[in-house]
Amino acid sequence: MIETLLEVKDLRTYFYIDQGELRAVDGLSYTVKKGEFLALVGESACGKSVSALSIMRLIPYPPGIIVGGEIIFDGKDLLKVREEEMRSIRGNRIAMIFQEPMTSLNPVLTIGRQIAESLELHRGFDRESAVEEAVRLLKLVGIPDSERRVNQYPYQFSGGMQQRIMIAMALSCDPALLIADEPTTSVDVTVQAQLMELINNLRAEFDMAVVLITHNLGVVARHADHVVVMYAGRLMESGPTDAIYSNPRHPYTMGLIASVPRLDLPRDRSLHVIPGLPPDLTQLPRNICPFAPRCEFRDKICIEARPELEQVGEDHYVACFRHNEIKNIGRA
Amino acid sequence: MKVRDNSYLVEAKDVVKYFPLQFGLLKRKILNIKAVDKVSFGIKSGETLGLVGESGCGKTTIGRCILRLYDLTDGKIYFSGEDTTVLEGERLRKIRRDMQLIFQDPYASLDPRMTVGDIIGEPLLVHNLVKGNEYKEQAKEMMKLVELDSNMSNRYPHEFSGGQRQRIGIARALATRPKFIVCDEPVSALDVSIQAQVIKLLTRLKEELNLTYLFIAHDLSVVRYISDRVAVMYLGKIMEITDSAALYAKPLHPYTQALLSAVPIPNPEVDRQRSRILLPGDVPSPLLPPTGCRFHTRCRLAIPKCKEEEPQLRDVGNEHWVACHLA
Repeated sequence: MIETLLEVKDLRTYFYIDQGELRAVDGLSYTVKKGEFLALVGESACGKSVSALSIMRLIPYPPGIIVGGEIIFDGKDLLKVREEEMRSIRGNRIAMIFQEPMTSLNPVLTIGRQIAESLELHRGFDRESAVEEAVRLLKLVGIPDSERRVNQYPYQFSGGMQQRIMIAMALSCDPALLIADEPTTSVDVTVQAQLMELINNLRAEFDMAVVLITHNLGVVARHADHVVVMYAGRLMESGPTDAIYSNPRHPYTMGLIASVPRLDLPRDRSLHVIPGLPPDLTQLPRNICPFAPRCEFRDKICIEARPELEQVGEDHYVACFRHNEIKNIGRA
Repeated sequence: MKVRDNSYLVEAKDVVKYFPLQFGLLKRKILNIKAVDKVSFGIKSGETLGLVGESGCGKTTIGRCILRLYDLTDGKIYFSGEDTTVLEGERLRKIRRDMQLIFQDPYASLDPRMTVGDIIGEPLLVHNLVKGNEYKEQAKEMMKLVELDSNMSNRYPHEFSGGQRQRIGIARALATRPKFIVCDEPVSALDVSIQAQVIKLLTRLKEELNLTYLFIAHDLSVVRYISDRVAVMYLGKIMEITDSAALYAKPLHPYTQALLSAVPIPNPEVDRQRSRILLPGDVPSPLLPPTGCRFHTRCRLAIPKCKEEEPQLRDVGNEHWVACHLA
């Protein structure tokens, strides 16, 4: 039995804006085991980034507030610890990297200085040894000529290299969990392949769990152990990667997988289209399935009540009233 | 007017586009960013040519050169057999009516202070194709064509979602009834479910209106889906060009092979069985591109010849063109 590292239970993060109450994350639950690679998948505004920021307790208040739930990390509820303690966990036990490395790096400090900062802050290095350690970390993430480059500024690096620097910074405190929020969205495919390979290798080397937030179903298939599919702030389906792809049980998961053009299938395969648009979260009725308005399998029940998660396989859960019937109908 | 072989609607001949970079004291030193360096290809009427490559490879620059949004440094571009590089004034305006552009960013490419009807109708006014308020009716027609509610023509762009805005951009491009459209990363900024909707729309419009596309994108799966032929660019050069099926079934250039293997397949079982070629390092600077074959610094198969001699694009059979000494 592998130890549980992180357990998110019924997380609810709401934003109070002019248009009303926006439930960005509404009852999300999942667990991450030690060293596991979990992918949070969904389209823009489905709440995947907000859920990650909630773990770090970085939701801007106002307008955002975590109204309920638990985030158990290392046996402790992060929503209950004091801010000082949170500060020692953030960037130390849990590290995070973002989509745009350039906006996360300070343009007027050398990268050596920036990496050294967290080493001094969290791990008690002195100025000199911190820079030495920074050089070692840069080597580890594959930055050539790192003795020289440690003294350079962010603009002197390409986008892929900047993301490597962010990873080096994240690793500096030997975190147990790395949250990567769309880390390869702004880079080219060949660089994406390099970075994902790097993250995966480091995960094994450091026995670090990874929560990858992405909309790229290919990257998920290649690297993740476990997948959580979100839509409109809610969990639609979660399960082991192979089960999700070979036997998706939620109509949204099915539609998402079928709507991506694929290199391995015939060119003239007709693309599945999910009709309509994601809902406006301030207008979405609370007690329906949020995907119902776009669902081809919608029935009366789907707009009358909110589906609860049901187990459909080993570690495989789905929130759909009709998952059994759909399984028998098969894909239209 | 010089008329050429008319099997191609658009033909690029040895197109060169440099952007000068001035620096030093008094800005007298000049280096050229070699964005596009001797690129030739043709697009047949009714065909979709996909253009793929990584950031900075020159694919967008080519698109803009074809539309004469940039003046070429050297080379020729023919549209319907006519040399567009020498056109000026009224003749240039006339030919531009037949070629339009769809942009990547559906947020930045629409004027936030114009109504959607005015945005879509503007090209008609610019080209004097309508009188007075006629453009409003035509804009509504265009909205229906791209599956937007034509009652919303008095609304502003911010009232629409990303996918709907991209439809507005498409409607605007279609307003002058062009023959040829450059689609510059039209679905890259969109979500997966919306991406499929827009791809389907573009495919349908092409059939219905007998359009010809240059489809620029970095997503190889999308390009394969939509294109009849595909050209692969690297650092301002075409590395390989052939029909879509052949390129993906049997890529011949080591760069194409690496590019394809980098794309993960959204199916774990299939993906595990694919061979992966990881390209080392970054794309070199287009200011000082490598000698010989521009890809040799990152190529796993490179031989000494690759460093010295630049491979020419040659036909290895069945219209499959490759620029590699080893292919």
